[in-house]
Amino acid sequence: MKTIGILGVGKVGVVIAQLLLKAGYKVLLAGSGSPDKIALTVKVLTPGAVAVTKQEAVKQADIVILALPLGKYQTIPKDELAGKLVIDAMNYWWEVDGDQPDLKDLTTSTSETIQKFLPESHVVKAFSHIGYHELHDETRPAGAPGRKAIAIAGNNEADLDTIAGLVNDVGFDPVIIGPLAFGIRLEPGSDVFGAHVEAAALQSMVDHFPQTELGKKVLSARK
Amino acid sequence: MTGKKHEVLFGIDTFGDLPVDDNKNLLTYAQAIRQVVDEAVLAEKVGIDAIALGEHHRPEYAISAPDTVLAGIATKTSKITLATGVTVLSSDDPVRVFERFSTIDALSNGRAQVILGRGSFTESFPLFGYDLQDYEVLFEEKVQLFAELLKEKPVTWEGTTRAALDKADVFPKTESGHIETMIGVGGSPQSVIRAAHYNFPLMLAIIGGSPDRFVPYIDLYRQATKEFGTKTHPIGMHSPGFIADTDEEAIRLAWPPYKKSHDRIGKTRGWAPITRDQFMYEIVNGSLYIGSPETVAKKMARSIKLLGVGRFDLVYGQGPLAASARLKFIELYGTKVIPRVRELLAEDER
Repeated sequence: MKTIGILGVGKVGVVIAQLLLKAGYKVLLAGSGSPDKIALTVKVLTPGAVAVTKQEAVKQADIVILALPLGKYQTIPKDELAGKLVIDAMNYWWEVDGDQPDLKDLTTSTSETIQKFLPESHVVKAFSHIGYHELHDETRPAGAPGRKAIAIAGNNEADLDTIAGLVNDVGFDPVIIGPLAFGIRLEPGSDVFGAHVEAAALQSMVDHFPQTELGKKVLSARK
Repeated sequence: MTGKKHEVLFGIDTFGDLPVDDNKNLLTYAQAIRQVVDEAVLAEKVGIDAIALGEHHRPEYAISAPDTVLAGIATKTSKITLATGVTVLSSDDPVRVFERFSTIDALSNGRAQVILGRGSFTESFPLFGYDLQDYEVLFEEKVQLFAELLKEKPVTWEGTTRAALDKADVFPKTESGHIETMIGVGGSPQSVIRAAHYNFPLMLAIIGGSPDRFVPYIDLYRQATKEFGTKTHPIGMHSPGFIADTDEEAIRLAWPPYKKSHDRIGKTRGWAPITRDQFMYEIVNGSLYIGSPETVAKKMARSIKLLGVGRFDLVYGQGPLAASARLKFIELYGTKVIPRVRELLAEDER
């Protein structure tokens, strides 16, 4: 049984934890403060998960999921994450993160910024584009009609396969869309952001990205 | 469920979206505000228990100072509870919030109710000179100060987000000695725990997805109140909706303005435009209470039973809806939906 550490006990972190527990994973949850601050939340909302410190979550986990506000990424325990497989489920949300030029830069996806911050870790982007309502409500067993898809971006094939397996386990069809740079195709402003659709429709939204308004802006910024 | 009678209060909630007239011309901001006052008067007449007004500082909404609108409503009504939904406390001064609401409480003979929240929009931060980096601490400190002010005794307080208070006495005092206060929560577990900690009732904003997701949050609130030794208050919920004579009519009238409002907000936040399928999905499986009185009543009764809430506020008037359709909505809600929900809840208790 794999152990998953989740950093961030907000709306998204809680739902991901619930799905992983249902799928039989061992889950460690860590907030920004001490574990006793989140103990009750963990006990009631995600029974079976364990509240720990950030450091402990990272140390014990096979896979670490980042579900904190992206604007706080510099608080991620970077040294402890060396060598780990890390899922970036975060998005730049200016309503809360405020104006952060490094996160608005069109020449790089926010997941690449995270990879740069965690040079020794294997960063994969997943669980970022689907809203937490649908993430909670729309799980289906493999092969079920109408099963929704989650896009995955990353640079290493073995990592992508591992995360694809995890996405499948929690009730969604994995769609591997390409390297971490392609993560921008899932970010706010893209057609995929907020999409809860089946695999084929998701793939075609991703493919269509260069023709969209944001896609054109990204292409010209990267020239 | 306990064997006790399920007393539920019913409210409406609006952000003061600019409506259109019957020729599809947008009303002015001033007309939109007077429209809300008329709606509140009608709501009271048809037996609705509460009206809540949101606070926004955006071009599509007329209400930025909900308490001032509530003061206007106060002098034209006599029974209906006058609430905000929500007062963005993070970018406000708790002392002023207290003063404004104790004034509304005076004008309305004790009907003022504050629903405090962080709000999902943050345009008030730059407008009033607050830094989003302080998002958490602003709310935490100000809720704490507001809880002190509600005791209506001199307050001594020190924090990082406003000037310290040394035995400051704040006026006017209320006749009941207390302004009813709730905390509006969108689903962040920490906010639920905070409400329990400061002994405030919870108002859950369930604006998308299935309400079933919130069942454990209610449990979290109850367990947290036990842990802190605070009172387990009845919980409220609010969700968006619209009612017309038939399902088809309700959907036909609500969809275009809903889409306009959704896509306009989405554009600034990076959501793709909403599709008709998504809209219908929310009506059938999610948190849009749109349809005929019978459809909406059934859906409301299900959620009220499922979550065991003591109050249900229907958020109405999203986008440029016709002013006449909004009035019709209020009439149907008061005269048809609320009695029918009560009937459905009573059937179940037999």
